[in-house]
Amino acid sequence: MATLNALAVFCLLYVALLFCVAFIADRTARRGQGKWLSSPIIYTLSLSIYCTAWTFYGAVGFAASSGLEFLTIYLGPTLIIIGWWWTLRKLVIVGRTNRITSIADLISSRYGKSNLLAVFVTLMAVVGTTPYIALQLQSVTFSIAAFAEADASGDGLPNQQIIAFWVTAGLVVFTILFGTRNLEANARHYGVVMAIALEAVVKLIALLAVGIFAVWGLAGGIDSTLAKINESAISDWEVSGGRWIGLTLLSAMAFICLPRMFQVMVVENENEGHLRTASWAFPLYLMLISLFVVPIAVIGLDPIYGGGRDPDLFVLTLPLENGREGLAILAFLGGFSSATSMVIVAAIALSTMVSNHIVMPVWLWATGGSAIMAGDVRRVILVARRISILVILFLGYLYFRMSGGGAALAAIGLISFVGVAQFMPSLVGGLFWRGGNRTGAIAGLAAGFALWAYCLFLPSFGASSIMPQSVIERGLFDILWLRPQALFITEGMEPVMHAFMWSLSFNILFYVIFSIAGFPTPVERLQSGQFVNALWQSQVPGNWTGGLAQSEDLLLMSQRVLGSEDARAIFQNAAKEQGGEYLPAPTPDFLLKLERVLSGSVGAATANAMISQIVVGAGVSVRDLMAVADETAQIMEYSSRLVIKTEEQERTARQLREVNDKLTRLSVQKDAFLSQISHELRTPMTSIRAFSEILKNPCDISPDKREKFASIIYEEATRLTRLLDELLDLSVLENAHAVVNLSEGRLSELLDRAVNTVASEGDGFKITRNPENEKIDLDTDLDRLVQVFINLISNARKYCDAKTPELEIKVARMNGMLEVDFSDNGSGIPLESQDLIFEKFSRIGEARAGGAGLGLAISREIMTRLGGSLVYLPWSEGTVFRVSLPLEAEIAG
Amino acid sequence: MSDKEDNSISDRRAYRRRRMADASRLMPLFGAALFGMPLLWGGETVPTTKVMVYVFAVWIALVVLSGLISRSLPDPSEERQRNQFRL
Repeated sequence: MATLNALAVFCLLYVALLFCVAFIADRTARRGQGKWLSSPIIYTLSLSIYCTAWTFYGAVGFAASSGLEFLTIYLGPTLIIIGWWWTLRKLVIVGRTNRITSIADLISSRYGKSNLLAVFVTLMAVVGTTPYIALQLQSVTFSIAAFAEADASGDGLPNQQIIAFWVTAGLVVFTILFGTRNLEANARHYGVVMAIALEAVVKLIALLAVGIFAVWGLAGGIDSTLAKINESAISDWEVSGGRWIGLTLLSAMAFICLPRMFQVMVVENENEGHLRTASWAFPLYLMLISLFVVPIAVIGLDPIYGGGRDPDLFVLTLPLENGREGLAILAFLGGFSSATSMVIVAAIALSTMVSNHIVMPVWLWATGGSAIMAGDVRRVILVARRISILVILFLGYLYFRMSGGGAALAAIGLISFVGVAQFMPSLVGGLFWRGGNRTGAIAGLAAGFALWAYCLFLPSFGASSIMPQSVIERGLFDILWLRPQALFITEGMEPVMHAFMWSLSFNILFYVIFSIAGFPTPVERLQSGQFVNALWQSQVPGNWTGGLAQSEDLLLMSQRVLGSEDARAIFQNAAKEQGGEYLPAPTPDFLLKLERVLSGSVGAATANAMISQIVVGAGVSVRDLMAVADETAQIMEYSSRLVIKTEEQERTARQLREVNDKLTRLSVQKDAFLSQISHELRTPMTSIRAFSEILKNPCDISPDKREKFASIIYEEATRLTRLLDELLDLSVLENAHAVVNLSEGRLSELLDRAVNTVASEGDGFKITRNPENEKIDLDTDLDRLVQVFINLISNARKYCDAKTPELEIKVARMNGMLEVDFSDNGSGIPLESQDLIFEKFSRIGEARAGGAGLGLAISREIMTRLGGSLVYLPWSEGTVFRVSLPLEAEIAG
Repeated sequence: MSDKEDNSISDRRAYRRRRMADASRLMPLFGAALFGMPLLWGGETVPTTKVMVYVFAVWIALVVLSGLISRSLPDPSEERQRNQFRL
């Protein structure tokens, strides 16, 4: 019977079926139909890619040599998934809310979106997974070889390399076709998931069928099978405790960390609720798949049934040797399914990582970041992902060719597990410990990976050029405690456990130490909050660490909105009120208070959203939130600048208003003065004109009268001249053309001259002086100074409204200045007029018009010229003018 | 958050759910302890069949228990949506 040909036909039919299923599932999903595609059962079945060909065939081989030890590989995942509420739920929720695309993405995203970390994890995943892919290719070729051996009519063994090549090529086509349909890496691959769900069913049915055949068909029932086990070489439970516990732990870690497991469990997850079903259905699946492993191994080992030489292929050879070709083909399809589903998902997971974290950054860097335009990038991503799949699968094929298949490859399963288990500290630490940071993650991963490579991966090839025999036996540089399989003189340990223990110990140690010593960036801190508090609401409230962790986030957020000092002050006050030191617990009261403070800055809605963001952890990304906070801070800074500007403008406007008022009053004064001066000019002019007209007719006028008229004309003309002189004087002074005639003189003499000039008219105006103080020599323009004195004294005489007017002239020296005060006992100048008295043409209280209102203006100009000043002292009783003059100062002008 | 505690006291079903979540958290520890038991079995030699029957019995028990607990746990996706509208 042409078994090999039948196998080829069935195999091709099966592959065609897979393509059809994938195609239909993809099309249905794209049409938005088919809710069954995302059912929890499909999800559970897709998790079964955990069971690869290594477990399908290898478990029996494992059991044949070490008894029940193989169970640990399934017990670990069982324990993880029945405790899903603890870890997996959080992992899946974090993955979904952050749109995580791979395990590298998750770790890098958690630690501040560090691309370095992503590249690192990607490379580790590729190194750890490629041999595993090679292992799957090996299992397929070996199983085909087993068929060829049993096929008497066949023309011998087909070339293994060629089989492996065509299998690889088929896998590449399938993976590219259904794995890179969607551009979005975290979009569901319905076709692929459906296909692997179908394969999961096939491999379970195949293994169960072979098991049932072995137990009931060959051994003759349960009792006789148990009896056979008791008689076999593995009749005794001889598992070492360390290995039993260690392997369970290892497989539990690998279950979470394997890139392909992460892909189906987190990335392809449609709904966290599916975990509820998987929590019991997947352990059931694992239990069923391992149920018949020991019986198959024991019956295969029994020479009566001729299971063959290789225990790894008992699943296949047992039906073959006993003439059940149909069952053998089913078993082959089961193994084929295990191998292909693992390779497909692993290739998708790895290609996503490689294209996202290695190819894309390099491409963007190479194009100078200028190509981040729409359309272009999308195509590049797809091409990168397809090429990555091709390269990864080709690497697996190459690895298979190079290693030539054999024991080294068979051992790779556990070696690969230890490699990916290195992600565990960073992953779990990142989900549950706020303090874990980027430096710690890099240090831990590097240490763990280096030790894994040194202690397990490189020695697994045996003595080679990379790791010569001398190093394995005597250690690196002949240092005994650096022996790769007896590190720190831990001799006698089994290599896998030895490497597992040391690599993970150093991984955790470095992760913790560097995390504690390092300081995270703001993005890291926000991300850590986002990840650790992903489930805040569903956990017990008042959890101490969780609470403080939240406060830290709240503080960080508030700082971006309120400014660091204000935010810190608010938090410290709240902490003191609660009796703490730095961070308050996020009690409802405190949250309410903080929300109110925040809403004062950003509005109630935003403040509420910000706080609930931290307290609940919703779908908005941290970067979005930081952007909002930054914007708010910018707006606040801008508006505070606006406030300053507004204040400035208000000040200027006030000054302008004051100046305007003054100008208006001046204008009124000027109008009044102009009418006054025209009147004053007109009066003398009128009389001059009238008298000169009379004088023109000399006949009627007596000489007396003529003389009188002429003197009137003369006086009026003099008055006019004086008025014009004063105007001229002021104009000269103001335009800085005045000439200063310096001469020496004594103050007392100057005052005498002034007093005599004014008081000579004599009308009971009393002037008090203190001659002792007046003995001061001056070097200045004496005539001008006397002019000022005369003006002030005559003003006092004219305007003092006391019954017995008095003027006191006080002389004092002050800070190198001569100060002469002229104070009378009148009622002083009203406040509103004080700033006008020095203006030209101003006369206070229209009533007692005297001069032209130019005297004080002229006097002040003179004093400015002489380097001194003339001010009105507003705080004194009566009218007080103070003349100040520098005693030895240079004279301006 | 304090009102959540109040709710859970007044709402017996929510309280039951929370205790079920506790039970779910204990499941891996419970399972690990049970799976580790054969290591403590004394005697000269322990037959493989005995351990095998024990391990599979425990396994089935865990499947059933996990199914029961998961059924009484809230659907995480629905729960998350509810929580989002809470604050």
